[in-house]
Amino acid sequence: MRVDKRERLKSFEQTVLPHLDAAYNLARWLAGNDHDAQDVAQEACLRALKFFGSFRGDNGRAWLLTIVRNTFYTWLRKNRSPENVIELGEEGLAVEDVTVNAEILNSQLADTESIRRAIEELPVEFREIVILREMEGFSYKEIADLADVPIGTVMSRLTRARRQLQKRLAGEFKPGAKP
Amino acid sequence: MNCQEARRLIDSYADGELDAAGILELEKHLHGCPACALAFRNVQNLKKSLKQDSLFFTAPAELRQKLKAELRPQTESNRPFWTWNWFTAATTGVAVICLALLLSLTLTRPSPQQQLAQEIVSSHIRSLMANHEMDVASSDQHTVKPWFDGKLDFSPPVKDLASQGFPLIGGRLDYIDQRAVAALVFHRYKHVINLFIWPTDEKDSKSAARAPINGYHLIHWSQGGMTFWAVSDLNEKELMEFVRDFGPD
Repeated sequence: MRVDKRERLKSFEQTVLPHLDAAYNLARWLAGNDHDAQDVAQEACLRALKFFGSFRGDNGRAWLLTIVRNTFYTWLRKNRSPENVIELGEEGLAVEDVTVNAEILNSQLADTESIRRAIEELPVEFREIVILREMEGFSYKEIADLADVPIGTVMSRLTRARRQLQKRLAGEFKPGAKP
Repeated sequence: MNCQEARRLIDSYADGELDAAGILELEKHLHGCPACALAFRNVQNLKKSLKQDSLFFTAPAELRQKLKAELRPQTESNRPFWTWNWFTAATTGVAVICLALLLSLTLTRPSPQQQLAQEIVSSHIRSLMANHEMDVASSDQHTVKPWFDGKLDFSPPVKDLASQGFPLIGGRLDYIDQRAVAALVFHRYKHVINLFIWPTDEKDSKSAARAPINGYHLIHWSQGGMTFWAVSDLNEKELMEFVRDFGPD
């Protein structure tokens, strides 16, 4: 019995723990501060160990990040007032024909702090897709599995997230206006 | 295709997720429409600036320590089980091993290539786990290349691909397929790419992706008497980009 458990822990440490940075990064962007992010990432790793026996896939990083994401949303419901959870409207492809001032946009893109702020200000459902795509490099299909939404939703959220980022960076974003 | 339709597709196009028919139509539109071409460049620029290292949060040492402390007792606490149940465990163990041996001999004997791929992935993971990515840390190819001299019986090609977004971080000696090999270490934001190189008798072969192992992607090619294996948790498309950039001389 003890041997089994040891083996399992060892296998867990090899499959899942190398992705601790990715887990923390996602938690940090979702939760918005270090303290909560550590709580979420730690809780997620312990959950991952608990359910490690049911891990059948071959992608430890995607699996761990799925758990981080679920852990975060559970934590969010418990710890923050519902007003802070932004309900997204229908998922239709209402991508407006936006053009932003390219010059202002490009000058802002050089400034890491502005980008950081713009990402932080995105609704959490947009933010997570941006992190998973741009920082983790997951495909649309992988993100759809991870966030449990259809691929079409991944596409439309990503597109709307990017338009919103561009508008925020170009100083043209009006809260309340449709992204 | 009109502008409205084009604007909906530029993101998938920039992400390399558009199908062939869509690419053809969109490229035709972008060619003739400066406004949409600009919108596409804006997306590309945005994507690029979202990939900088400084936006990525690394797990604090404090979190690693807390986790270690949480994980350790999980194995320690079950000691009594061992003495109580050792006979069952031992007999089950022996039975499982016999069955596994039988199965592996008859059904699932991996090809030498598969074994090699597995060995490369293991080596990649080891380098990450032990925080032993490299023996010589340098982004200067003229430092890394001479470092291998005298340690290996061949001279591996070394390039820095910083301008293509894959900075060279250093080099390391590794042991694969029963010989000493060169491992070059590159980064793509926080993802690590290990490129293993050693001499071979194989004919030149084009780069080809292997089936991923444990979520790690592998690309293999041979050129000029050297064999190359690139491995990373990066997605296959970006790893392929890296291989193209490292590419044949």
